[in-house]
Amino acid sequence: MLTNIISISLGAILINNFIFSQFLGCCPFLGCSSKVETATGMGLAVVFVMGLASAICWVINEYVLMALNLKFLQTLTFILVIAALVQFVEMFLKKSIPSLYSALGIYLPLITTNCAVLGVVLLNVQNNYNFIESVVYGITGGLGFMLAIVLFASVRERVDYTAEYPKCFEGFPICLVSAGLLALAFMGFSGMQIFS
Amino acid sequence: MNIKKQFKEGLITNNPVLVQLIGMCATMAITTTLFNGVGMGLSVLIILTCCNVAISAIRKIIPNEIRLAIFVVIIAGFVTIVDLLLQAFIPALSAALGVFIPLIVVNCIIIGRAEAFCQKNSVGASFFDGVFQGLGYTLVLIVMCVVREFLGSGKFGGGLIDIANGFRFTLDGTGAGIQLFPADFGASILTLPFGGFLTLGVLIAVMQFALTRSKKKKEMKELAAKNAEKEEEE
Repeated sequence: MLTNIISISLGAILINNFIFSQFLGCCPFLGCSSKVETATGMGLAVVFVMGLASAICWVINEYVLMALNLKFLQTLTFILVIAALVQFVEMFLKKSIPSLYSALGIYLPLITTNCAVLGVVLLNVQNNYNFIESVVYGITGGLGFMLAIVLFASVRERVDYTAEYPKCFEGFPICLVSAGLLALAFMGFSGMQIFS
Repeated sequence: MNIKKQFKEGLITNNPVLVQLIGMCATMAITTTLFNGVGMGLSVLIILTCCNVAISAIRKIIPNEIRLAIFVVIIAGFVTIVDLLLQAFIPALSAALGVFIPLIVVNCIIIGRAEAFCQKNSVGASFFDGVFQGLGYTLVLIVMCVVREFLGSGKFGGGLIDIANGFRFTLDGTGAGIQLFPADFGASILTLPFGGFLTLGVLIAVMQFALTRSKKKKEMKELAAKNAEKEEEE
């Protein structure tokens, strides 16, 4: 069990990083990474929501959709659950933990359309993970996202200040190229096998 | 006239991926063979068109406060339909695209068009918008697939074209494609994630270059016309 969890976590953070090898969550990755602070905020919010969404969606999938033989409604149910969850988390944080809300607040609504969140839930179903494995995969997948976005934000700050590049590469293209170089670095982990 | 303008906007001047910069996850992830690219592009085109028509048809009765939730439900419905149809009739495509078919739900292109276009325009205009924006998306996917496949493994049309027994299209993804140069000479890095980022980055850069250039040309022309007018007045 423990080795299983370790292998899932290392896989989600390094080997099959959500952004650099699965391309899940690229929109916020490119949109919210102009500063390290915003990137950290977004990363934390994603870890939080991905962990929660994995747990709730696993329960719903197992005890409602599978039990009632409604497997074809998965996509529809999951996206609604995630949207409601994000909304609920936002209200809860606003009321009870205002300090955390002010740190995460503006990023929370953006997470509904983050494909990493829906992606992790769908992958949990596809991989037949049990409850604990699903939650671990959700949280560590979020951590992998956070690692990627923080690293990328610091690269991007450097690029903005010092790098020289052709004028037509201004804005998104240079970001994509530097993200590609980071993906190249993460390829060093690919093919690694842990306890299997 | 209006349709012509929409056509040009969808394919070039307001292309969803290259100019609006949305819907990039799947663009980078699945463009490894032409089969995947065309399949994904057409799926998005169909879903986008259906959603555009449905949303613009009920645009007057949707309460403004909960419009996003309604959009998401409509989109998820159509995505589920296409997902099930693909599983039933083109299982190879469904297996190749995997999780990215259900993920069309959160593809920013569809919700973005609903928010920016269908809310304010008639059903007919929304239909054409869906078709042309979908075509623009498919076009980008095809360009990316062709570039990555050609430079990465020296092939063209992997999965979609088979020339073993004469030229034919294979819809089950089994075609080997046309080998244009030996695969050993290909830069196989381009078929890996790095290639996705790099190809899209260069493609957007080319687009920005072309757009600024055509804009400059237009300005020069206008300036010249103004100068000519002034000289005439004098």
